[in-house]
Amino acid sequence: MKVVNTDESVHSVESAHSATSGDSMISGDSATNGKNADSIKHNAPLAINLQSVRYSYGTSSSETVLDIPHWQLAQGERVFLHGDSGSGKTTLLNLLSGILTPTQGSIELLGQPFSVLSARRRDAFRARHIGVVFQQFNLVPYLSVLKNIQLANYFAAKRDRQIEESASALLAKLNLPVNVMHKAANTLSVGQQQRVAIARALINQPELLLVDEPTSALDASARDAFMDILLNMCENAGASLVFVSHDMSLQRFFSTSIDMPSLCQGKGNAAC
Amino acid sequence: MLISLAWSSLCSRKKSVILTFLSLLISISVLISVEHIRQQAKTSFNRTISGADLIVGAPSGQLNLLLYSVFRMGDPTSNIDYQSYEMLKNDQQVAWVIPISLGDSHRGFRVLGTNGDYFTHYQFGDKKSLEFTAGKPFAGMFDTVIGADVAKTLGYQVGDEIVVAHGIGHTSFSHHDHSPFVISGILKPTGTPVDKSVHVTLPAIEAIHLPPSQLAKILDGGGEESVQPDSVTAVILGLKTKFATFKLQRDLNNYQADRLMAVLPGVALAELWQMMGTVENVLRVISVLVLLSSLFGLSTMLLASMNERKGEIAVLRTLGAGPSVIFGLVLLEALMLVVIAIASAISLVSGALALFSDELAAHYGLFLSANLLSWETLQIAVIIALASIITSVIPAFEAYKKALQSRLSA
Repeated sequence: MKVVNTDESVHSVESAHSATSGDSMISGDSATNGKNADSIKHNAPLAINLQSVRYSYGTSSSETVLDIPHWQLAQGERVFLHGDSGSGKTTLLNLLSGILTPTQGSIELLGQPFSVLSARRRDAFRARHIGVVFQQFNLVPYLSVLKNIQLANYFAAKRDRQIEESASALLAKLNLPVNVMHKAANTLSVGQQQRVAIARALINQPELLLVDEPTSALDASARDAFMDILLNMCENAGASLVFVSHDMSLQRFFSTSIDMPSLCQGKGNAAC
Repeated sequence: MLISLAWSSLCSRKKSVILTFLSLLISISVLISVEHIRQQAKTSFNRTISGADLIVGAPSGQLNLLLYSVFRMGDPTSNIDYQSYEMLKNDQQVAWVIPISLGDSHRGFRVLGTNGDYFTHYQFGDKKSLEFTAGKPFAGMFDTVIGADVAKTLGYQVGDEIVVAHGIGHTSFSHHDHSPFVISGILKPTGTPVDKSVHVTLPAIEAIHLPPSQLAKILDGGGEESVQPDSVTAVILGLKTKFATFKLQRDLNNYQADRLMAVLPGVALAELWQMMGTVENVLRVISVLVLLSSLFGLSTMLLASMNERKGEIAVLRTLGAGPSVIFGLVLLEALMLVVIAIASAISLVSGALALFSDELAAHYGLFLSANLLSWETLQIAVIIALASIITSVIPAFEAYKKALQSRLSA
């Protein structure tokens, strides 16, 4: 069990517990500062709550790629999730975004059951409450930046009338020139595209932001600028952030970091 | 939003989309033209003669009689007595009669023997009468009135002398050399076989078949009364009241003094359409097959683009678009392309018809309206759109599957 922890975190990992141990509702009891954790827990509901989640491609347990007995993330918290390729990071993100559903166990997001929803309702939930930024290819290449952002708003069914103003305000905060609004996404530099991706992910004011290796296509200075902007925006928006990367040098931007294997059921599970 | 997305998506693949569009444009144009010409040909044929209640000729098929008397197609089998014509002319129920005598030609154009009644009573289109561009109807025995096409093709003018030959080829063995016909009038274009006819008087037709010595005597003057026609090929007549049509037809078919057959032009035309039906259907089947092949082309184009669009689909999925939205998006793209192709095809065919309607009228006697916006065209458009949706289900389903399998960080 490995928890990289600091004062404000209520995050906990309890890999020692089995899936059926019955104490799954209790978190933050052993490894964290109890007082802080309790106060945050009472004020803010959980953003993420995983209970004995297992995901496997086939039916046999040998094909299990992810096995997380218990994991919670408070709302507004930002966590750095690292692990090597194949450690199940991407699978976890797919589960959290509702594109995959767990083979076993349950996922609750924002205090609501999520993994038991129908595919259609998971899609709607994702559109409304979750922002996602990938490594690259975040944008529909032939659409303008504004259209890309509008599209996110369209699928969230929010029909923001001031979408153009909100979008340009976001882009300004992301240090993007105003004239990129009407340029096709594929004419932008990779760094700009990634920042537009943040704008798009934040346009619906999501409670949860899932970010997967967003800086791997960026050089060092662009990367640091990107990280500053991302964390800043995230803090202002009050969104929870799950940041996935294998690049340990990014750990310094986060107060909380989790090692992927420690999240999983370690023993006898090569995949995790 | 989805429409704008689909449109941008099409624009992002300009080359293949434009090629597919062209293939759709051509096939839809073919289909629309075939349907349009099919309907308009009927109208066009129907307008060749109007106001006539009966056509009377020697017994053969009613279609045969109609074709040679009105459309100048095929050859008359035999003639009817001139007395029969006079009998009809004097009938109480008959308002007007036009005698027609066929069988001769002038440089490939049919020669039609008739009298002045032809120019006053013959009607076409919406009961339009014949008009003259130049000259006037027959005055003398060898006066000739030519149709607009004859004048244009052969460069004739009023006052020119021409030669009429027996038979209907360009080169006839028995040229009637000694018969100097003089052009007395040129008719305005009508878009009917009248444009391609050379009209002469009935006595003149008789005269050119006389032995040369007798013909010379007539040409030298005098004896014009001696050439009385003894037969005509057919008689077109109008009745004072339409109610008498069937009774007179029955009476004529049972006429004892001569062997006559009377047909109603409308009924005979209906028989013509029945015969044309097979050809029409073959044309329709071909144009539908051409359309189908280009719809499959559309489907193939969309299917081929699916691999390069994997990333795009993943992005849309991330934004919360369900697989059904992706499915609908691909269908929408296909439908948009087809709708634009239909609209373009309609304007293309309309434009082409407006441009070439004169040519078509002159060469084929087809009077086609350039206005395609009919109920039939709308029906065709709807059917094409439905067919395009059905064929596009294949790529749309492929996109649906891709969307289902799509993962983050694809």
